[in-house]
Amino acid sequence: MAWTPDQPLIQIKDVHKSFGAVEVLKGISFDVAKSEVICVIGPSGSGKSTLLRCINALVPIDRGSIMVEGQEVHDPKLDKLALRRKVGMVFQQYNLFPHRTAQQNIMMAPLHVLKQDRHEVEARARRLLKKVRLEGKENAYPGELSGGQQQRVAIARSLAMNPDVMLFDEVTAALDPETVKEVLVTIRELAEEGMTCIIVTHEMGFAREVAGHIYFTDRGVIVEHGPPAEFFVKARDPRTRQFLSQIL
Amino acid sequence: MQAVWNWFRWLHETTGINLTIFYDAFDRHRFFDGFLTSIELMASCLALSIVIGLVGAWVQGSSFKPLRVAVGGYIQFFRNTPPLIQLYFFYFALGSYITVHLANGQTVPLINNFTWAVICLSFYAGAFNVEIFRAGIEAVPDTTVEAAEALGYSRFGIYIHVLLPLAFRISLPALTNNLVNLMKTTSNAYAIAVPEMLYVSNQIWSDNLNVPEMMNVVLIIYVGLVGLFVFVMTRLERALRVPGIGL
Ligand SMILES: Nc1ncnc2c1ncn2[C@@H]1O[C@H](COP(=O)(O)OP(=O)(O)O)[C@@H](O)[C@H]1O
Ligand SMILES: [Mg+2]
Repeated sequence: MAWTPDQPLIQIKDVHKSFGAVEVLKGISFDVAKSEVICVIGPSGSGKSTLLRCINALVPIDRGSIMVEGQEVHDPKLDKLALRRKVGMVFQQYNLFPHRTAQQNIMMAPLHVLKQDRHEVEARARRLLKKVRLEGKENAYPGELSGGQQQRVAIARSLAMNPDVMLFDEVTAALDPETVKEVLVTIRELAEEGMTCIIVTHEMGFAREVAGHIYFTDRGVIVEHGPPAEFFVKARDPRTRQFLSQIL
Repeated sequence: MQAVWNWFRWLHETTGINLTIFYDAFDRHRFFDGFLTSIELMASCLALSIVIGLVGAWVQGSSFKPLRVAVGGYIQFFRNTPPLIQLYFFYFALGSYITVHLANGQTVPLINNFTWAVICLSFYAGAFNVEIFRAGIEAVPDTTVEAAEALGYSRFGIYIHVLLPLAFRISLPALTNNLVNLMKTTSNAYAIAVPEMLYVSNQIWSDNLNVPEMMNVVLIIYVGLVGLFVFVMTRLERALRVPGIGL
């Protein structure tokens, strides 16, 4: 059955994942529609990063199904490159390539992986740097940039692959409070442009503004979810309430 | 040039310091040939040992266990035995089996002593290079590799574009030490009659009884060559330095 854009971009069904004897994901299910922005919140160790890493096949799942644009990520014959072209990922620790400048970081994958034309890629890299407000930093090495600047380069680096969905894993958790905002602004702009986003975050104010739907996870299960207006006001589960009271 | 040669003849006649390699055309040529052979031996071994190091480090990261075990065994063998004994083993033991029969009925070794020296010494230093590169690769954070994976890089692409450039920078000081050691170890090829610098010096001092002079010349040339190599490697290290990877 061919995937059509009116179906959910990502369909996650009953995903289980264990590391050794520890079951980290215990049957996670949810859908993400095109241009939808969802936030995943929950205590540290609840499996949020693992879930994101399952979505672009960085870790294999044990059971269940993850479909990205109708393509089963769990399929052993999966074309990982085709999947990862569609799914961009930004990490807590930026993970830029330290031996390449900001612009080169953005250009590397389109050149090496997609084998695109260098002039075209360079023009796109400059546009993306401008988009994340880093004009003039083309030739700076990651080591010369602040955390917030590095994180914006990392976002631009993912965008350079023209993904259909972006995964953000606590991308502001390692940043100074002053630079958190500049990164959140960049993500919000992306969301407003219609980029499908799955955002793991501890920034509740941001989640409330940007998310269409919020999922609260704890110990490998989705405890509670709903649109932000409901979620933050009417959370019922004691675990959710305790988490929110700690973080808000 | 002739004036220089004449000066060395004068030096010999007045002080007894006998540097035939300057004023005697025959000695000059054979010493220069030996010098070139040494350079050729060093250059070949340096290049080949680096290639062995890179390939070995790649294989050590592979998921195919027999290959990893084979490389591990190779490293143990070459790291735990003296290079002089390795040369003897390759040249006399292996070399005597690997032969070709010529049309005239003669049996000659397929691989000459220079080639054996290159093979043996490259694998000797290469064993250390594998370990050096592997340590460099292990120093690259897993998260950096994961970022490359998430961008669609293959394992080979990650090795070429991310791991190696970073690991190489991290490994450079250790690599330089090992390659310096390799340059010096090429003089062991003397033992299997490779006509390198020490070997021809021996011929020259046997003819002229000028051992102290020739030993000094050989030592000074080694100091110069190794010094030049270290200078180049230091420059390379500086050229590759990038802000923020703490090198
Ligand atoms: N590669 C791994 N090997 C073993 N355990 C892991 C691995 N990755 C994550 N875990 C474990 O899985 C659990 C969930 O981790 P994670 O997904 O990072 O949670 P979160 O992002 O919500 O903090 C943790 O207990 C963590 O130690
Ligand atoms: Mg996490």
